Amino acid sequence: MAASENSVLVEVQDLKTYFFLHEGTVKAVDGVSFSIYEGRSLGVIGESGCGKSVTAQSMMRIVPSPPGREVDGKIEMYLWENGGGFAEVVDVLQLKPSGAKIRSIRGKQIGMIFQEPMTALSPLHTVGNQIAEAVLIHEQDASKHQARERAIDMLGRVGIPQPHRLVDAYPHQLSGGMRQRALIAMALICGPSLLIADEPTTALDVTIEAQILELIKELQTSLGMALMYISHDLAVVGEMSDEIMVMYLGHVMEHASTDDIFDNPLHPYTLALWRSVPSIEGKLERLIPISGSLPSPFASQPGCRFFSRCDRRMPGVCDATPPSLKEVAPGHKVRCLLYE
Amino acid sequence: MLLYLIRRILMLVPILILMSMVAFFLIQLPPGDFVTFRIEQLRMSGIEVSDNEAQRLMVQFGLDKPPMARYVWWVSGIVLRGNWGWSLQWNKSVNEILQERIPMTVVISLLALLFSWVVAIPIGIYSATHQYSPMDYVATFLGFIGVATPGFLLALIAAWLLFSQLGFSALGLHSPEYINAPWSTAKFVDLLKHLWLPLFLVGMGNTASTIRVVRNNLLDELNKQYVITARSKGLSEWKLVWKYPVRMAINPLLSTVSWVLPGLVSGTVLIDIVLSLQTIGPVLLRATLAQDMYLAGSVVLLLSALTVIGALIGDVLLVLVDPRIRFGRLGK
Ligand SMILES: Nc1ncnc2c1ncn2[C@@H]1O[C@H](COP(=O)(O)OP(=O)(O)O)[C@@H](O)[C@H]1O
Ligand SMILES: [Mg+2]
Repeated sequence: MAASENSVLVEVQDLKTYFFLHEGTVKAVDGVSFSIYEGRSLGVIGESGCGKSVTAQSMMRIVPSPPGREVDGKIEMYLWENGGGFAEVVDVLQLKPSGAKIRSIRGKQIGMIFQEPMTALSPLHTVGNQIAEAVLIHEQDASKHQARERAIDMLGRVGIPQPHRLVDAYPHQLSGGMRQRALIAMALICGPSLLIADEPTTALDVTIEAQILELIKELQTSLGMALMYISHDLAVVGEMSDEIMVMYLGHVMEHASTDDIFDNPLHPYTLALWRSVPSIEGKLERLIPISGSLPSPFASQPGCRFFSRCDRRMPGVCDATPPSLKEVAPGHKVRCLLYE
Repeated sequence: MLLYLIRRILMLVPILILMSMVAFFLIQLPPGDFVTFRIEQLRMSGIEVSDNEAQRLMVQFGLDKPPMARYVWWVSGIVLRGNWGWSLQWNKSVNEILQERIPMTVVISLLALLFSWVVAIPIGIYSATHQYSPMDYVATFLGFIGVATPGFLLALIAAWLLFSQLGFSALGLHSPEYINAPWSTAKFVDLLKHLWLPLFLVGMGNTASTIRVVRNNLLDELNKQYVITARSKGLSEWKLVWKYPVRMAINPLLSTVSWVLPGLVSGTVLIDIVLSLQTIGPVLLRATLAQDMYLAGSVVLLLSALTVIGALIGDVLLVLVDPRIRFGRLGK
């Protein structure tokens, strides 16, 4: 794909994560494949409920279980030694979700930040305690004092003023933006090769959002790590990523470089997403929301999942034959019968 | 913190005044009074009481004065002279009765609370972290039984079983030979032998409800975002649960400290009677029935005082363990 010169970090193949509920089975992620390359960034976009978070949770093996389970697929993780030598490939789906191996990957190889900075920290422990904890988990020979110094240092790097003082603050004493910075510090303190950011700015207001995006971008470059950036906001994802994956109801609908998604979007769903956001130039166009609402997650239809809301649907064709993800141009994949 | 404490303590004063009034007047609400009750009893058993004699008794206990005057006399006795009045029923000073009973009552209720926490918290944590496992069902089932079974019934059964099977008299807190003996190691061991059954029975209802509270609180907490954050750091499940959600789940228990005393007195009187424990519950019951107003009023007042002080202690503990309250409410 776009980044063939970079070595691969994570290779997700045909991932299926289902939730088994009383009301039925939710196929939250239903055969998703993608790769993440060293130092590159992948944006994941789709309306809320499309399986973006569950994809990320599967990579960390933190899908709530029960009711959720990764029923099929592979998530191969390429682990590198500290010195830079290649160590091994592990399929994290084969690991015990509470076992030592996956725990050595969480926080160390992959850092993750979440949507809700207000609730993502324990209210009963200081920020510094919670950040330093990551160091103490992954670096056996680090002393408490060293871990604390590292936490202060990291708090400074993510732009928290007076880190010496705020290291002893409790989460409720910080604003939402400051908390998200603290969470970024926590995710990055062990120097992961991949940061997964699951809508980290959705709960923040616009000016803070811009600062946080700036910070993530800057840290990604300076630390040389890969980024998987999840959002429902196309403009934000475009800002953050080298390539973009568009998800709808557990499927990848389109996957291409950011330039291609912006200049030459193919899937009717991607086009619809485009029409529903204000244009970057600020032209006064009418915003057209995507018609209809997300179908019930329990529904399973024989044809294309977007059929009921698609403005280019071909009755009798699209609702009968499930489309497959096809590479229609180099590095540009789309799941739509219009291109088959 | 200091300011907060002072404010809270000052707030106790009007509460206690109000409670002392309620305690004193409620007990006199039913028609009749103790002297009339007593004279009636004596006459029924054939002893003649002259009207003069009756009048003397009425004056002696202040029954000829209006209730308000009696109240003032009683309260000023407590506040100024540390004199809680005279029990007509026991023919003893109320102070003496309280001294005999209150320490044991407080000790038993605190130990029972401790016992129920020691048992219930681990079970609740296990239940929540192994939701829908067989052990969780067992714990839930036992919890329901614990709440639903009257403690006095179990007390009767246990006392009978112990006596008939082992020849061990579970009644009271001391074996007869130690009751008047000075404190010694042997007496202490004997006390321990007697103590576990009341602690178990008295603590049982609380144990069951604590299991439910801990389990439900923890189930709520386990899905919170901060738990997921901690997990995504690579923390092991065991350490994670104990460090974060368990603390959130058990903090609210501290506020239950204050319910223990009134709960013990009202809820376990029957157990205390069955096991003949020298606690204040049975005393209050009999004093109320006999309209022994100074005794009953004093017990109610003292228990209310202990309750509000317990509530204060619970709140202070809560403030100490929760930085949100510590810095939020008190910072201002
Ligand atoms: N813990 C859960 N229990 C049951 N269903 C879940 C759970 N988490 C996610 N789902 C379902 O999986 C689907 C995808 O959710 P998610 O990945 O969170 O969407 P999003 O793209 O907004 O991140 C949704 O239909 C959601 O209802
Ligand atoms: Mg999400």
